[in-house]
Amino acid sequence: MGLNRNQIAQRISNEVEDGFVVNLGIGIPTLVANFIPDELDVVLQSENGLLGMGPFPSKENVDADLINAGKQTISTVPGSSFFSSADSFAMIRGGHVDLTVLGAMQVDIYGSIANWMIPGKMVKGMGGAMDLVAGAQRVIVAMQHMDKKGNSKLLTNCNLPLTGIHCINKVVTDMGVLNIKGQQFEIIEVAPGLNPEDVLKATEGKAVIHPDVKEMTF
Amino acid sequence: MSKVYKNATEAIAGIESNMTLLLGGFGLCGIPENCIAALKESGAKNLTCVSNNAGVDDFGLGLLLQSRQIKKMISSYVGENATFEKQFLDGDLDVELTPQGTLAERLRAGGAGIPAFYTPTGVGTLVAENKEEREFDGRKFILEKAIRGDFAYVKAWKGDTMGNLIYKKTARNFNPMIATAGRITIAEVEHLVEPGELEPDQIHTPGIFVQRIFQGSHYEKRIEQLTISES
Repeated sequence: MGLNRNQIAQRISNEVEDGFVVNLGIGIPTLVANFIPDELDVVLQSENGLLGMGPFPSKENVDADLINAGKQTISTVPGSSFFSSADSFAMIRGGHVDLTVLGAMQVDIYGSIANWMIPGKMVKGMGGAMDLVAGAQRVIVAMQHMDKKGNSKLLTNCNLPLTGIHCINKVVTDMGVLNIKGQQFEIIEVAPGLNPEDVLKATEGKAVIHPDVKEMTF
Repeated sequence: MSKVYKNATEAIAGIESNMTLLLGGFGLCGIPENCIAALKESGAKNLTCVSNNAGVDDFGLGLLLQSRQIKKMISSYVGENATFEKQFLDGDLDVELTPQGTLAERLRAGGAGIPAFYTPTGVGTLVAENKEEREFDGRKFILEKAIRGDFAYVKAWKGDTMGNLIYKKTARNFNPMIATAGRITIAEVEHLVEPGELEPDQIHTPGIFVQRIFQGSHYEKRIEQLTISES
């Protein structure tokens, strides 16, 4: 029951359009790259200073001077370019990136997202996430619908420190796909084997079931 | 007047406790390894360090955290360092977390003579607390201040004796802005060459921004996440 990490990533890959420049966050978002169809012209941006990110390198081609934002060794593709962090965030903040996919600890009906801090517990920092949600044309969140204790992570109001406000358009979870608009979640797709009502029940924030809701297929 | 120094120890001369230092690099990529080692040797304390990350426990800025020479970090992401987390949670280390793009722009502004700028990043979050908010064309922005440092330390692939620098691949990252924002900027390079050997069209950081330069040695270039393709 419910989607695994790869299935969440695969579903998000459907949102990627021909010609898009896409920035993928760490975790499930990174997996999205594996599902983007070859026939689409898509450029991956890595905010540490690379446009045109390729796959992991072969052993012989590992280069400590060539990493992605997750600090993983990476490769370039024909047409890649390198640039400074200031140029990178001019791309991001300036609205030149079409889509970013990020993980989240919480999202809410106002399209706000929390993904960088748990007060008193976790102090890792926001990295580029605040700039990405403020600047990318579209922001999609990849996340688990509920935490390990069974509490919903799709809320009326995030109670963790925010990463950005009014910036999330769509959430893809292990349970389904939800749009955020008009200050509510709209369930548009459900994971195989789940009912829309299951997703509704697992969503703490106000949610409605889209009349054309469908079951996802893989 | 020559900008060339023999090694890191000589190049960092003038470092004192309580100074603000800017350090290039993203993770462990493109960090001024030689300067960090020399800073540790210098024993300077109560330093404020501006760097996107704080290194790992036993490398990069983690070395200066271990020796408790840093009193404050201004960074965007510090997640890979347990020493950092412990010192912060114990209240021994002051931290100003700044969004990565804002950090890059604060440094760029510092070097460019711009005292502050408005950005949409962080509006409505903890980052916006105590900052001026202003609306432009119906959208909210916050005022962020420029950063300058007493010393700036950058790492480049190649440099000439006039201080012109060329970075390699993603080791460029924060280095170009940091080079502009130091009252004294010290560049360590893998290859130090004579003027004329670098193509003027290829220079990333013009020598005007660099006051001291030396050829580094024993680069470890540690990789944080070694990921390779199976095929």
